[in-house]
Amino acid sequence: MSDTGAGFVQLGILLVALAVVYRPLGDYMARVFTSKKHLKVERVLYRVVRVNPDSEQRWTTYAAGVLGFSFVSVVVLYLLQRLQSVLPFNFGRGTLDPATSFNTAVSFVTNTNWQSYVPETVMGHTVQMAGLTVQNFVSAAVGLAVAVALVRGFVRAKTDRLGNVWVDIVRGAVRILLPIAFLFAIVLIAFGTVMSLTKGVDVTGPDGVQHTIALAPVASQESIKELGTNGGGILNANSAHPFENPNSWTNLIEIFLILVIPVSLTRTFGTMVGNKRQGTALLAVMGILWAGMLTLIWWAEAHPNGPAALLAGAGMEGKETRFGIPSTALFANSTTGTSTGAVNGAHDSLSGLGGGGALLNMLFSEITPGGVGTGLYSILVFAIIAVFLAGLMVGRTPEYLGKKLGRREITTASIAILAMPTLVLIGSGVALMMKDTAGALGNSGAHGLSEVLYAFASTSNNNGSAFGGITVTSNFFQSTLGVCMLLGRFIPIIAVLCLAGSLASQKRVPESAGTLPTTGPQFVTMLAGTVLLVAALTFVPALALGPIAEALA
Amino acid sequence: MIVVKSIVKQTWAGLRVLLALTVLLGVLYPLAVWGVSRIPGLHNQAEGSVVNENGQPVGSSLIGVDPVAADPDHDPWFHNRPQAVTADPKDSNNPLPPGDPSVSGASNKAADNPDLVKAVQARQDAIAKREGVSNDKVPADAVTASGSGLDPAISPAYAELQVPRVVRVTGLPEAKVRQLVADHTSGRGAGVLGEPTVNVLELNLAVRAAGGHA
Amino acid sequence: MTATTTKDTQRTSESPEQHAEHAGRSVSAGVFNPKQLWSSLPDALRKLNPRHQLKNPVMFVVWVGSVLVTVFAISDASVFSIATALWLWFTVLFANLAEAVAEGRGKAQAESLRRTKKETVARRLGANGLEERVPGIDLKIGDLVVVEAGEVIPGDGDVVEGIATVDESAITGESAPVIRESGGDRSAVTGGTTVLSDRIVVKITTKPGESFVDRMIALVEGASRQKTPNEIALTILLSVLTIIFLLAVVALQPMADYSGKQQSVIVLTALLVCLIPTTIGALLSAIGIAGMDRLVQRNVLAMSGRAVEAAGDVDTLLLDKTGTITFGNRRATEFVPVGSSTVDDLAAAARLSSLADGTPEGRSIVELCVERHGLAVEAGANELAGEFVPFTAQTRMSGIDLNGRQVRKGAASSVRAWVVEHGGVVPDEVNTVVDGISQDGGTPLVVAELSEGVASVRGVIRLSDVVKPGMRERFDELRAMGIKTVMITGDNPLTAKAIAEEAGVDDFLAEAKPEDKMALIRKEQEGGKLVAMTGDGTNDAPALAQADVGVAMNTGTSAAKEAGNMVDLDSNPTKLIEIVEIGKQLLITRGALTTFSIANDLAKYFAILPAMFVAIYPGLGKLNIMHLHSPNTAILSAVIFNALVIVALIPLALRGVRYRPSSAKALLRRNLLIYGLGGVIVPFAGIWLIDLVIRLIPGIG
Repeated sequence: MSDTGAGFVQLGILLVALAVVYRPLGDYMARVFTSKKHLKVERVLYRVVRVNPDSEQRWTTYAAGVLGFSFVSVVVLYLLQRLQSVLPFNFGRGTLDPATSFNTAVSFVTNTNWQSYVPETVMGHTVQMAGLTVQNFVSAAVGLAVAVALVRGFVRAKTDRLGNVWVDIVRGAVRILLPIAFLFAIVLIAFGTVMSLTKGVDVTGPDGVQHTIALAPVASQESIKELGTNGGGILNANSAHPFENPNSWTNLIEIFLILVIPVSLTRTFGTMVGNKRQGTALLAVMGILWAGMLTLIWWAEAHPNGPAALLAGAGMEGKETRFGIPSTALFANSTTGTSTGAVNGAHDSLSGLGGGGALLNMLFSEITPGGVGTGLYSILVFAIIAVFLAGLMVGRTPEYLGKKLGRREITTASIAILAMPTLVLIGSGVALMMKDTAGALGNSGAHGLSEVLYAFASTSNNNGSAFGGITVTSNFFQSTLGVCMLLGRFIPIIAVLCLAGSLASQKRVPESAGTLPTTGPQFVTMLAGTVLLVAALTFVPALALGPIAEALA
Repeated sequence: MIVVKSIVKQTWAGLRVLLALTVLLGVLYPLAVWGVSRIPGLHNQAEGSVVNENGQPVGSSLIGVDPVAADPDHDPWFHNRPQAVTADPKDSNNPLPPGDPSVSGASNKAADNPDLVKAVQARQDAIAKREGVSNDKVPADAVTASGSGLDPAISPAYAELQVPRVVRVTGLPEAKVRQLVADHTSGRGAGVLGEPTVNVLELNLAVRAAGGHA
Repeated sequence: MTATTTKDTQRTSESPEQHAEHAGRSVSAGVFNPKQLWSSLPDALRKLNPRHQLKNPVMFVVWVGSVLVTVFAISDASVFSIATALWLWFTVLFANLAEAVAEGRGKAQAESLRRTKKETVARRLGANGLEERVPGIDLKIGDLVVVEAGEVIPGDGDVVEGIATVDESAITGESAPVIRESGGDRSAVTGGTTVLSDRIVVKITTKPGESFVDRMIALVEGASRQKTPNEIALTILLSVLTIIFLLAVVALQPMADYSGKQQSVIVLTALLVCLIPTTIGALLSAIGIAGMDRLVQRNVLAMSGRAVEAAGDVDTLLLDKTGTITFGNRRATEFVPVGSSTVDDLAAAARLSSLADGTPEGRSIVELCVERHGLAVEAGANELAGEFVPFTAQTRMSGIDLNGRQVRKGAASSVRAWVVEHGGVVPDEVNTVVDGISQDGGTPLVVAELSEGVASVRGVIRLSDVVKPGMRERFDELRAMGIKTVMITGDNPLTAKAIAEEAGVDDFLAEAKPEDKMALIRKEQEGGKLVAMTGDGTNDAPALAQADVGVAMNTGTSAAKEAGNMVDLDSNPTKLIEIVEIGKQLLITRGALTTFSIANDLAKYFAILPAMFVAIYPGLGKLNIMHLHSPNTAILSAVIFNALVIVALIPLALRGVRYRPSSAKALLRRNLLIYGLGGVIVPFAGIWLIDLVIRLIPGIG
């Protein structure tokens, strides 16, 4: 079978697998977040931490909970790194410097998992497990909680209560993420992923040369890394590393894990708002854009461009033999479309258009299909903007899912959308003005600009993947990128929770023939067009000097 | 004031929840996975799929480390793909340095990067010379570094390219070597996933086991 | 007086026909005269004041950009830089022009209203009952003033004594005088109108300066115009887009610098102005003003822009049956003979009994006789000799006594009693027919005759409410728009149901009392719906205030006018439907031009980006798909297009986009196609054409 043919069959298998779990998982998640009952382990946990799981909170308290939780998470994770030298399983790896510790703490708490360190040489197993793995779970759970709070805003009427933030975080982590992550950790081990508490193994190669092969507790983190759309590798090469992603089977499993929750959440949404087709419409938008971007990246990678690729005969630089071009394109598209940021190849070595596609995926504000929870709330924010414009065109004050879109809704939605472009554009602009930046780049010219743009897009969108040629260990990059991760995460979250509060306090407007239908092809086209247009209008000038210039050279 | 109080209160609650979840997700969960991985059938993979020869670990079947020939003119090894992290692009004297599995990583160079063009050119020249073929016969994976730098596999085309040299140096019959290459070639997963590959470490061990003198 | 009433009736019965003509047509609006562009120019220039620009974030950015480019153009003069500066100023000017034209139309109207506000002298009644002459502006709320024929009413108020005909043409434009009398629902008078006959005493209800005319002037001039909620939300969105583009352009400079060549401030500003939504930013306030203006042209005064927007959102229309759905009066529609009588016998008897009956019902019976049975309209000489027996509350019958022959028509029970009293027999058939007519929602009038000593029932006349033509289609349209119609009537449920079915309304409220109306509005609003209604009586006031859109009839009481958020000067309840359409049209115009404005950016990118960067990356020249002459002409063409499109769209902004009542889906498809897709394509053509022309300018480069 040809490369492309096999790639299509692989794609088909992936889509079928996602389709199979879409309903059960989506409905299960809806039940998790609407059920009144607490599991026994949860009840014990609530008692230990002294929170009342049956009280509900206003949006402000909910937001304070998210912020407070994330704040202590940053502090704890920072301290763990700073105290690594006294922690067990450190294998002599000492304390990390403050800039890296800050950047890494922020990075994992914000679900970005941008890495400005080489894990197998600096990070011990304790920090990996008790620090980073925990954040892999809870940062995803926070995303879920915020998304669910927004959905409740649509579902509820005339109330100021959005739910209980602790219950939502705990349930997301314990009932959704933990069982799936555990199951797939075992599956990954069965396919060859390592799970070792040792430092590594010494070998003497057939040529007689001695080597040390680094080992780590990979599998337990690998599964949640993909499932929670986190993406931080426990080994430097991330999912390109054979110990994280040993073969084409694990590769497909990891892609599946990346996509499964963001995709199924549209079902959860449809179920919770009582109209499944609303969820299907959002899924269609995500799917169309995802498919379009996959086509772009795949095509670009399969058609070598640039002198090095042409000389070599194929764009294999930075790609693994066992994955080849279709599987690398599929992984790259899925990881950048979901705010995961795990990579099974070097994105910096993707072709101009292919890398530009990965970049654009993030610049869509991560909605194809987006991160766990974040994808859903981001696309809902876009839906609000799209409905506002389209709603005017049908001659009514726009309403979405029975809620009027007035001043407050548009303001909060605008802030949620505005945060990311502001950070990316200002960040890249300032970075390019710094005279040290040129020296930090791994490539020059248009591609160098792409590296800077990619770094700020990745951090501001909490993606975490990188055009790895850029050296970001300077204090300037550690701090600005850290700030981008923080603001890129929490400005939209606060805006979204405020939006949720505003929506929940409204009464529900019944639907009529005069209401803009928010299902069906027309709406899907509108929403996809809005996402495309906002990203294109904002970033085309910058992209023109980066990927587009590279591709057209 | 009420806002500050609420934030402080929520932050303390957050700390308690975080600590409780750290016990569950940061200690119990990884240990449980580790515990399960001790089961025979999983244990070998969990500890890195180490390959032993005569009871001695010689490598991991998942990790590619390019072997070094004692005498470059009599090179008996099938070679892995170049490793970007160890290569010094400015050292054009040695475009194919020995592998090092302690660090992973990619070159992160773009296709229009002059250094990469130079490196590809140098590798192509070196491999063409080593295998005694013209540059255009050298496959893409032979001259490009992988994403991990630890790619355990090469394409069947690159393996095929190396067969004549290995036959010549080891003295094994060509048919035997081809047979070994075929034995260590994996097709696509389930016939459609990924790409066909040849595992270099296992192939080299098999060649040696078959009597090819190093 | 009688003449006036008839005229009034005719007017209400005329408008539905005009209406039926309108039905199914798009809402059209006031004419736009290109001359207005010229006459509004001075106003537009005055609006260049930065303080005025600050109110509109999008145009303020253009204003600042124009200043910036002017400074740079002066310091580094070239054909390109000066032309760019000039066209940026034109962009600001054109936006001002749009607003000035919209306001100008209101100003003319306000001017004519002001003329009615000439100084009046009021005859104030003192506590002692003596009159004193005071200037109209000195009147206070609660003062009593006397107005006699030929005098101008000095202020808004209610008639507390007397009855008079009043000429309200100054406000309504309607020359026919109207009646104003104390008590009841026709007691409100407006300052500035003239009493034509009789004498009335008016109790002043508003302070000078806050009178109806004052408010009207303020409204049509746009002086009291405040941004509506939707306009605010849209302004926020446009501001956000502006910020995004500002960032994109600002960040572009270091990127361009890194790439090898800094861009000039002129070019960057040109790019920014082209990208930010100037088209909608320039036209937004004009659209709002024009929306109010369209209402004014239909003789409806909206007290706030908010009300106009709410009209577009209405989910439920409460319509009074009489006058809105049906003609004001019941009409004879059928003769049903009983016993041995033939239809002709019945018709003859009915006609005879109604010849001298001046009531609308009576006249309609004669008309039916003329139409269906070819009988004469006028009474013959012998018939004139008869003695008319008028209707009284006691007899509940009317008729005629002619040459010993007595004909009576009236309510079934009364006529039956009359027949029995005169020794006649009433067949059961009569009851059956009467019940049947009642059940169909009609009113039965029984006709009986006493001739030669024998009393007998001739038959039954069916009086029906006649639904105005075209109403059913109208309601079907409303249903397609997602609007529910509820008919309000004092009729019994049976009658109401029949008429509701005939008219095709969705629901009805029978035997409606003001409290019921109120309860219905509350119930609908509880379910999240917006309700619109018309009303004129004081007892309608609470409901008018509660409704989201309350249209008070100008003939109504001042309490009603105070409570509603719109006043219909024509007092035509059917206009509610038009008001809803105008509200929708306003929102659609806003949405369509926003979409158009944003969609325009695509072409501008294709024009400007290659122009900016082709020197750095020659490969980007491939993006110059319009094959524009040079970087300078490309950028200037985009700027010129951006400015000209504002002028080109002023008529559309003022007229409003075409609106045809249809479902949301169909509307969206149409508008997306025209303004979305059109917005993508038009600028490609426009910029290309402009480039063809300006490349000829010497020195443009």
